[in-house]
Amino acid sequence: MTTRPAHRDILSVLDRPNSYIGKTVPRPNLDRLLQGRGLYVSDIELPRMAHVVFLRSPHAHAMIMAIDGGAAKRLPGVIAVVTGKELAAVITPWVGVLSHLKGLKSAPQSAIAIDRVCWQGEAVAAVVATSRAAAEDAAEHVTVEYRELEAVTDMRTALDPKTPVIHSALGDNLAFERTHDAGQVDRAFAQSDTVVEAEFVFGRHTGVTLEPRAVVADWNAAEARLTIYQGTQAPHMVQNIAALHLGLQEQQVRVVCKDVGGSFGIKVHIYADEMATYALSKLLRRPVKFVADRIESFNTDIHARDHRCMGRIGVERDGTITAFEIDDLTGIGPYSMYPRTSAIEANQVVNLVGSPYVTKNYRARARVVFQNKNLMCQYRAVGHPIACSVTEGLVDLVAMKIGVDPVEIRRRNLIADDAYPCASPSGLRFEKLSHHASLDKLLGMMDYQLLRAEQAELRKKNIHRGIGIASFVEVTNPSAAFYGVGGARISSQDGVAVRLDAQGSVICQTSITEQGQGSESLTAQIVGSVLGVSMERVRVILGDTDNTPYGGGTWASRGAGIGGEAALQAAKSLRKNILDVAAAILQSTAAELDIVSNSVVDADDGTPRIELKELARVVYFRPDTLPPGIQPELMATRHFVPREYPFAFTNGVQASWLEVDAETGFIKLLRHWVVEDCGTIINPQLVDEQIRGGVVQGLGAALFEKCIYDERGQLTNANMADYLVPMAAEMPDIDVGHVVSPTAESELGAKGAGEAGTAGAAAAVANAVNDALRPFGAIVTEIPLTPQVILTALARI
Amino acid sequence: MTAPMPISLQVNGERVDTHVLPRLNLADFLREHLHLTGTHVGCEHGVCGACTVRVNNEIVRACLMLAVQTHGASVQTIEGLSDSGEVADLQAAFRDRNALQCGYCTPGMLMAAQDFLLQQAEPDREQIREHLSGNYCRCTGYQAIVDAVETTARSRKAHK
Repeated sequence: MTTRPAHRDILSVLDRPNSYIGKTVPRPNLDRLLQGRGLYVSDIELPRMAHVVFLRSPHAHAMIMAIDGGAAKRLPGVIAVVTGKELAAVITPWVGVLSHLKGLKSAPQSAIAIDRVCWQGEAVAAVVATSRAAAEDAAEHVTVEYRELEAVTDMRTALDPKTPVIHSALGDNLAFERTHDAGQVDRAFAQSDTVVEAEFVFGRHTGVTLEPRAVVADWNAAEARLTIYQGTQAPHMVQNIAALHLGLQEQQVRVVCKDVGGSFGIKVHIYADEMATYALSKLLRRPVKFVADRIESFNTDIHARDHRCMGRIGVERDGTITAFEIDDLTGIGPYSMYPRTSAIEANQVVNLVGSPYVTKNYRARARVVFQNKNLMCQYRAVGHPIACSVTEGLVDLVAMKIGVDPVEIRRRNLIADDAYPCASPSGLRFEKLSHHASLDKLLGMMDYQLLRAEQAELRKKNIHRGIGIASFVEVTNPSAAFYGVGGARISSQDGVAVRLDAQGSVICQTSITEQGQGSESLTAQIVGSVLGVSMERVRVILGDTDNTPYGGGTWASRGAGIGGEAALQAAKSLRKNILDVAAAILQSTAAELDIVSNSVVDADDGTPRIELKELARVVYFRPDTLPPGIQPELMATRHFVPREYPFAFTNGVQASWLEVDAETGFIKLLRHWVVEDCGTIINPQLVDEQIRGGVVQGLGAALFEKCIYDERGQLTNANMADYLVPMAAEMPDIDVGHVVSPTAESELGAKGAGEAGTAGAAAAVANAVNDALRPFGAIVTEIPLTPQVILTALARI
Repeated sequence: MTAPMPISLQVNGERVDTHVLPRLNLADFLREHLHLTGTHVGCEHGVCGACTVRVNNEIVRACLMLAVQTHGASVQTIEGLSDSGEVADLQAAFRDRNALQCGYCTPGMLMAAQDFLLQQAEPDREQIREHLSGNYCRCTGYQAIVDAVETTARSRKAHK
């Protein structure tokens, strides 16, 4: 292998010889998971470890009149039965608000309910025993006397004067309201040739991580230190919150995160039962383990979506969109989730509706109301599926009405690819998007005209297939604008430390976390490429607040864009340090040297000069042989946070091809296409798999997934048999293509890709269903698109 | 019927003699008593497939079988299949195709896929999808898994 000396200085670090950037390489350490030798929190056992089981409220809203744990305490193996009042001695309550979400209010929430329960599944007592089975047995012997209260369940009537107020101190059930008015909406609608209005309904669903939430909290009373083993996306956030509410300094709390069995945003929050587990460990002075069972997961893992959104669109005769207007309503349960709050999704909906399009006329209102159901908060693609489904649903409905092809109306209205930088009507600043290039690529991949012809032929045979297209904009690489400005101690910057070990391998500590996205791989790829070290010699350490730099973690599609850039800069710095030492050893200059394939070489002709392992040996064991005054620094640390743009917006477009059985209402997905622009692609395979996985979660929401509550606030399908998720047989193959517009904000140029699939999948499916149902004149604007919804739209039931 | 009962069985070729409560399920027995934590628990009611293991050469949901029912049986878990090399090619195909993300479903998925490949040497994609529909994966969207199983089937056929 040879270097290209003439261009070495102007070559980006990404284009170096043997670069791993842009290459598909297998993720390091996958064999651990393939052989069943991972370490998930549910696998962890510690000496003297006790198990906690939470007794949970069967009522959606009730006063707790009395709790009697006496009989339970006498059972074998039982260590303690602890109520909310007792636990309050060691942990303080919290309120899930952020100051930049103006007017957002919530009530104090306790780790275990005190006096009153506000949703079915809220913990009322903790039973701690030597085994989980013993704790479960004992929990059956704890008696709780409740006085049921009226449950607020329908978000549409939550603000009615006759509806009870869940938290009387708050005055009403309105948690948050945001309005936005840009351009001249009334005039635009008045001058439109056609206006279409529809109500879009989104089911409440949840993440269903295959490993339930799990935590082992280990308070060492002698060290006055709490170690928390938790499957979390944000270890430093957990450290901050646990310390804050247990009255500790952050340095007294260590959060360790090994393998995590799925997250998707479910594990970026801090749940009351997790707080209770930390507190129980402190109270009982021993390790305590909590692993949610599946019913608890359904009743307490955050739910998402649950929106009803009125939407309006106006167009001119030629299909030019004149204005968008929405009125969104969402129910978030009895508390705003801590610490990220439950107002972010509605806020995102306001931000994102209409964002791919040119029109500047946009009016929005979003209201977020309390109800006696499980808490709702940020889950993969927060707000995006709502905004995308409303926007793209309206675009298709109005196109249908004026007889314009769905592709044509998008071509006419999507922001031009050369119009950047520009801003959306809600004020989002776009650095560089590629809607038209993405749409063109998508149409080529799916062979749009051929599919239209096939659709027409099949219609003659009474086979109803549809094509649905959805363009979208996605928020990635969030700066402090997301949480920090609102007062949350959630880091928006990430840090990476790299060091050369004594055998010339590289140890890399990063503050981003791994839940299967490939954080470890992308970090090793970047560090290996920049340093000139082969990837198998780069060891990545993550998920440990004692052993990584401070940072945000992996959420909001930020790992590659922010953590990746920190890795790049840290590796550049270490590379410079290594070359300085090499120059001293070789009596050369750093400019004349390079590192290639684990050796320092002559930059001009690639002649090997000294292997890194030999350089490390000299530095660590024979520094006496170095010239005087040389103090090598074979470790470097760098941090990164975007400063120019609050968010690195990405864009993409999806298409669905499906068949609707008009007799049964069943939908068969035949094919799905995605074109996405996430800037620099570090590992094409990992990006594509993030997109496919994201699409399938979006397809689940589109077709199957819904937490079904009855009018008394009882979740009626809290198990995997009744709550349907996508399985292999129902899912189509998904083709993924890319347009690449790197962000200039970082040297790496990467934007996020983890949520794009989920953002647009449901919109593409819903549009395809309406396209398929066109001969019947039926229109659906509700997901999940169950057979019941389809047959109702067809007036067959 | 609540006192511990004696059981003797083979687990990954090793003999195990112990006493277990009649109510203990096989998944908890493997994980908590034998510390074979590669068998994962996802739903505890036989839906998700994460706890799939082999008992007397048939795949079962370890959460739906009692430990006492395995008396006299031969049980194989992902640890055993990995050490014997039986699924090394399938594991390599999963690794190369990134057919796992969080990895929690993976041991059960490999168990189910290997079982299928032993029954059906030349499956098409639809058959693979159908057979794996008893195993949930929330990360991958399944396509990579189907690809990896298909690749393994082809390569086994070519090497026969």
